[in-house]
Amino acid sequence: MEQVGQRKIDGLWLTVVGIAVLFFLILPTLIVIPMSFSGASYLEFPPTSLSFRWYVAYVTSPEWMSATKTSLIAAALTTAIATPLGSLCAYGLHCSAPRIRSAAQILVIMPIVVPVILIAVGVFSLYAKLGLNYTLTGIVIAHTALALPFVIVTVMSGLQNYDFDQELAARSLGASRAYALWTITVPQVKFSIQTGAFLAFITSLDEVVISMLVSGGENATITRRMFNSLRDQLDPTIAAISTCLIVVSITALIGVQMIGRRKDKAQ
Amino acid sequence: MSPAAHSLPIDISNLCKAYGSVKALNDVSLNIAAGEFLTLLGPSGSGKTTLLMALAGFVRPDGGSIRFGEQEMIATPPHKRGLGMVFQSYALFPFMTVAENVAYPLKIRGVSKSDQKARAERALETVQLGGYGDRRITQLSGGQRQRVALARAMVFEPQIILMDEPLSALDKKLREHMQIELKALHEKLDATVVYVTHDQREALTMSDRIAVVNHGRIEQIATPERLYRQPHSFFVADFIGESISLPVSVANDTAQLGERVLKSNTPIALGSGGHRLIIRPELLEVTAGAVPDAANDLSGQVHDIIYQGDSVLVIVQHDSAGQINVRVPANRAGQTGLPSKGEQIGLALHPEDTIIVPEHVA
Repeated sequence: MEQVGQRKIDGLWLTVVGIAVLFFLILPTLIVIPMSFSGASYLEFPPTSLSFRWYVAYVTSPEWMSATKTSLIAAALTTAIATPLGSLCAYGLHCSAPRIRSAAQILVIMPIVVPVILIAVGVFSLYAKLGLNYTLTGIVIAHTALALPFVIVTVMSGLQNYDFDQELAARSLGASRAYALWTITVPQVKFSIQTGAFLAFITSLDEVVISMLVSGGENATITRRMFNSLRDQLDPTIAAISTCLIVVSITALIGVQMIGRRKDKAQ
Repeated sequence: MSPAAHSLPIDISNLCKAYGSVKALNDVSLNIAAGEFLTLLGPSGSGKTTLLMALAGFVRPDGGSIRFGEQEMIATPPHKRGLGMVFQSYALFPFMTVAENVAYPLKIRGVSKSDQKARAERALETVQLGGYGDRRITQLSGGQRQRVALARAMVFEPQIILMDEPLSALDKKLREHMQIELKALHEKLDATVVYVTHDQREALTMSDRIAVVNHGRIEQIATPERLYRQPHSFFVADFIGESISLPVSVANDTAQLGERVLKSNTPIALGSGGHRLIIRPELLEVTAGAVPDAANDLSGQVHDIIYQGDSVLVIVQHDSAGQINVRVPANRAGQTGLPSKGEQIGLALHPEDTIIVPEHVA
C-alpha cells in the first residue's frame, strides 16, 4: 500500500512539473492576445479597457497590409520551392550509399546550425553584388535555403519508415522510376511532405534576421516592419498582428495534424 | 496461360560486380533453361541476392552479359525487362486493396478497367484467394500477403519470375506448405523461375536445379539429388544436408582414412586444400554382425542415444575418427535393432554413399 501511495505522489509531482513547463512555454505567446484587445495606446497587461482599435489600425494601414502581403507571398513561394526540392533531395539521399548520405546530411543541416546572423551577412553581401537586396526574389531564395533542411529532415525520416522494396516492386512490375515514385512512394510519405511544407511556410513567415538585412522598401516583410515598429513607437498594433500570426500558425498546425490523423485511420 | 507468353531461357556470362574490394559477383556464368525452376542457394553475403538484383536490373554489373532469350538486357532498365518479382517483404502497396495491388502491373500496361478486374480476379483464384479483392492488405495474414504478392507478379504473364526469399517470413509449417504450392504453381505457369534462398531444404524441395553460390561464385550447379549425393566441394557438402567430415589423404585416385583405404564409387573430384570424407548420418548402416568387406568399416562404441521424434540419433565413438552420428528411423524396424549405450556396434558406409570432396573447388 505504501508503495502505491509513494507512486501516486511521484505521479503528482510529474504532473505539476509537466504543467509548469507547458505554462512557461505557452504563456509568453498567449500574453499578447489580451494585450492586443487593449483600449490603451501603449502595451499594457492586463488591459484596463477592451477594444478592437488595434486590429482596425492594422487592417487599415497600407504599410502593414503591404508588409503582410510581402510576407505571405514570400512564405507561399518559399513553400512551393522548398517542398518539392527538399523532398527530392531527401529521396536522393535515401537512395545513395550510406557514406555519401551521412556526409551530405551534415551539409544539409548546416543552415540550421550556423547562426542565422552569419548567413544574413553573407547573403546581404552576395545580394549587394547581384542586386537582389530589397527584392522578393532575394527574400524567397534566402528563405528557401533556410527552409530546405526542415523539409529534407522530415521527409527523410518519413522515408525511413517506408519499405523501399515497394518502389522496386513497382518498377519491376513495369513502372518507370518517376511513375513508381509518384504513385507508390509519394502517397506513403505524404504526411512527412506536408509537415515539411508547413515547417517551410512557418520558417519563412517567422524569419526576422535575414529579412532585416535583405528585405526593405516595398518588399519589407511583416517581421521586419514589426521589429522597426517595436523600436520606434511600441503601440499595440504589434500585439494585434502577433495574435493574427499565432492564429495562422496554429490553424496550419491543426490542419497538418488532422490530415495526419486521417491517414492513421486509413491504414 | 496465354498462347503468346512462353518462358524464356536466361544466359548469364562473365557477370562481375564489385563493392569496393568485395567481389559480390566474381565472373559468374550460368545458363538457365526456359521453364526451369532454378534456385540460387548460399549463405548471406554470398552474392546470390546481388545476382538476382542484377537480373532484375536494380544492380548494374561492372561487366558481363545477361540475355533473356536472344535479347541482351544488361542496359535495359528494370521496368522494361518484363519480369515478375516477389520480394522477401512482399512489398505490397498498403494503401491499395488486394485487387488494386494485383491490377497495378495491368494498369501500367494500359489494360482496360474491366479486363484489369477480370484478370486480377483470375490471378487471385490461381493463388486460392478468389473473392479477396476488396480486402485491405492489413486485413491479411502473412501467408495471404505472400499469395497476393505472387498473384501480382504473375498477373501480366511474365516469361520470367524472380523470387527473393519469398517464404522466409512465414512460420515453418506454412513455409513447407507454400513450398509445395509454389512448385505446383510453377508447373501451371509457363515461366522461368529464379529463386533465391539460404534454406537448403527449401532449395532441395522446390528446384529443378540448384546453383550453390559462395564468395560471389557458383560452386556447383546440379539437380537436388546430384548436389546432395555428389557435392563438388566441402562447402557444398557442408551447406547441404546434415553431415560430419573427416580429413582424408588422397593419392592415385584412392583416399585413405588413417591407415584404411576408402572404397568409393564416385571418382574423387579435383581441388585444392586437401580432401574430406563426408558422412551423412542417414547414409550409415548399423550392421548386426561384422561389417561386410564391400563396405567401409566405421565401427565403434555407442556413446549416446538421442531420441528426436521422427528418428533416433546414435552417437558412436570411433577409435581414430572421433564421434560419428548415425540416424536410425524411429519406426519398428529401427527400434528393434537399437543398440544400448556402451555397446560395440558395426557401422557400414557403402561405397555408393561414400562422398569424398576437396576442401576447395579447382
